Amino acid sequence: MIVAIVSLMGMGLALGALLGAASKWLAVEENPIEAELQAMLPGSQCGQCGYVGCAQAAAALARGEAPVTLCPPGGRAVAEALAKKLGVKADLSAHEEKVPQYAYIRPDLCFGCTRCMAECNVDAIIGATKQMHDVIADLCHGCGKCALVCPTQGIEMRPVPATVSSWHWPKPQRAASAH
Amino acid sequence: MKIFDIPGGVHPVYRKELASEQPIRPLPPPPRLYIPLQQHVGALSVPIVAVGSHVSKGQVLCVRQGTLSATQHAPTSGTVVAIESVTAPHASGLAQDTIVIEADGRDAWAELPEPIDDPLAADPQQIIDRVAGSGIVGLGGAIFPAAVKLGMGKQYKLDTLLLNGAECEPYLTCDDRVMREHADEVIDGARIMAHALGVRRILIGVEGNKPQAIAALERAAAGDAGITVVPVPVRYPVGYAQHLTRIVTGRETPAEHRNAEVGVVTHNVATARAVHHAVRFGRPLISRIVTVTGGAIRQPSNLEVAIGALVSALVDACGGFSCEPRQLVLGGPMMGQPLPGLEVPIVKGSAGILALSADEVVEARERPCIRCGSCVSVCPCGLSPMDMAALIRKDKLDAAAKLFVGDCIGCGSCSWACPSHIPLVQYFNYANGVLAEQERQRRKNERVRTLAEAHALRVESLERAKKEARAAKLGDKTETPA
Repeated sequence: MIVAIVSLMGMGLALGALLGAASKWLAVEENPIEAELQAMLPGSQCGQCGYVGCAQAAAALARGEAPVTLCPPGGRAVAEALAKKLGVKADLSAHEEKVPQYAYIRPDLCFGCTRCMAECNVDAIIGATKQMHDVIADLCHGCGKCALVCPTQGIEMRPVPATVSSWHWPKPQRAASAH
Repeated sequence: MKIFDIPGGVHPVYRKELASEQPIRPLPPPPRLYIPLQQHVGALSVPIVAVGSHVSKGQVLCVRQGTLSATQHAPTSGTVVAIESVTAPHASGLAQDTIVIEADGRDAWAELPEPIDDPLAADPQQIIDRVAGSGIVGLGGAIFPAAVKLGMGKQYKLDTLLLNGAECEPYLTCDDRVMREHADEVIDGARIMAHALGVRRILIGVEGNKPQAIAALERAAAGDAGITVVPVPVRYPVGYAQHLTRIVTGRETPAEHRNAEVGVVTHNVATARAVHHAVRFGRPLISRIVTVTGGAIRQPSNLEVAIGALVSALVDACGGFSCEPRQLVLGGPMMGQPLPGLEVPIVKGSAGILALSADEVVEARERPCIRCGSCVSVCPCGLSPMDMAALIRKDKLDAAAKLFVGDCIGCGSCSWACPSHIPLVQYFNYANGVLAEQERQRRKNERVRTLAEAHALRVESLERAKKEARAAKLGDKTETPA
């Protein structure tokens, strides 16, 4: 009885110590908040924030080097979520709400070079060599990288038009005299 | 029959007497008709006719895209002259894609689908398909595709079809007239719908201020033990589907859930009539009854109008304006929307056109909240409008969402009751709009992320394949000389 208890206890202690040491020794250095922040970002690696991808942007956010309003495709919603997570106050008054955009290929300028297709990281551009390309506007997230590589400057970034189904009422304006 | 109670509610001046005694009058199709591709909840319908082609009355113009969508049909015979952007009958005043038909005046029918023989013995799916093919949507104003609701018998355990004839919105009388004049068709439609749903019990909720409608329905349903006409108390908004369900069955639909989850499916009485037409005669939904009324209308009327007719044609048919209208409203005065103008088409969801004179419109200045609690006591959803509005005013939408602003049905009872004339429901419409937009953005971001990840994986595997091919080639070269 005593032998069993002592031997199992000994094994437990030895294995516990081993695991404890291993967790210190083999630890991967990563700020846990980074992963959480990265999950909140759109994840399209569009690079509009100035960082290479969303992971780098999340790292900069975690270090407090980047403002929460850094992500144009994420818009106000992402900025607010980031601010809440980081416990900072988002200065949204200065944050100019960028109108969502989509890429439009001018049919008269496209000669089918496929460069924009290679650049698009959500596969929103369809077409083939020497065939005219087109953008699936619903999938486009407006990063504008295709417009930069187009040799004929035939890609325009256009604002996503307001539709009856996406429209909503504006905030009621209070009369000046009311308080 | 036992009647249950709902919280809150208000008693606005009903003014239904303006139009309630006017029999339904058909309005001949005007020379030009405008059929928007989106007249329903769900995905846009896709046009299948080309500009310049001739169409017959009842011919399909655009087909539904997916299940949650609706097909549109030609309301008269004529030529498709354009598919272009036309101002929508919507508060935003935005334009939407619309098929424009120039009528040829012959009003000639296309070949319609065969009537379903003995629909009460037919396969339910056949009825559901017919309703979907006929472009029927909820005519009470929710414009939800009726076929989707009729298919809910497969998903949920149902026991009751509740026909909504409450019509609690002031001024409107179109459902009242349908029940009085076409009770037989409504009852027949209801029986067909109940068969499609697989339920035995049909309840028809009608506000007690429509005794003729109740009598007509009872006459039409005489001898059928499965159908009960239930007079419900006259109080706005008893006609809201969830509230009517609670009043006649005592079952409360949980927040953010469907009525079907408590075993009840609701349909408007006019929708039941449209189902009758589609199943018995193969006729698609190409017209509806519209109440044109208000103090500024010379001759308030209930018109049977081709979908796509311009509002101005309706106003002309009612003798025009008797005085300068102060406000033009699409729908009822409580939940209706301001009309962007008279040159917008009537769509499937347009129940009423109101031209209100100056003495029918309250234009009082907003004053500070005195915390009297009137809005809280009248809210039919048990919410606290004053607290939510205070938060939304300070842009604290998340906090308002925690007070369940998402459960607001936008009935406007709080705004009506507020002695300080605070535009409460307007705050909630704004907040719910912003929250919905954030949700759309979040979903889009999620999809973009999935696509980007799939793209990255593909690029990686392509690179790897290329590298392997190169390695194999190199391997070949090194082997050849040896």
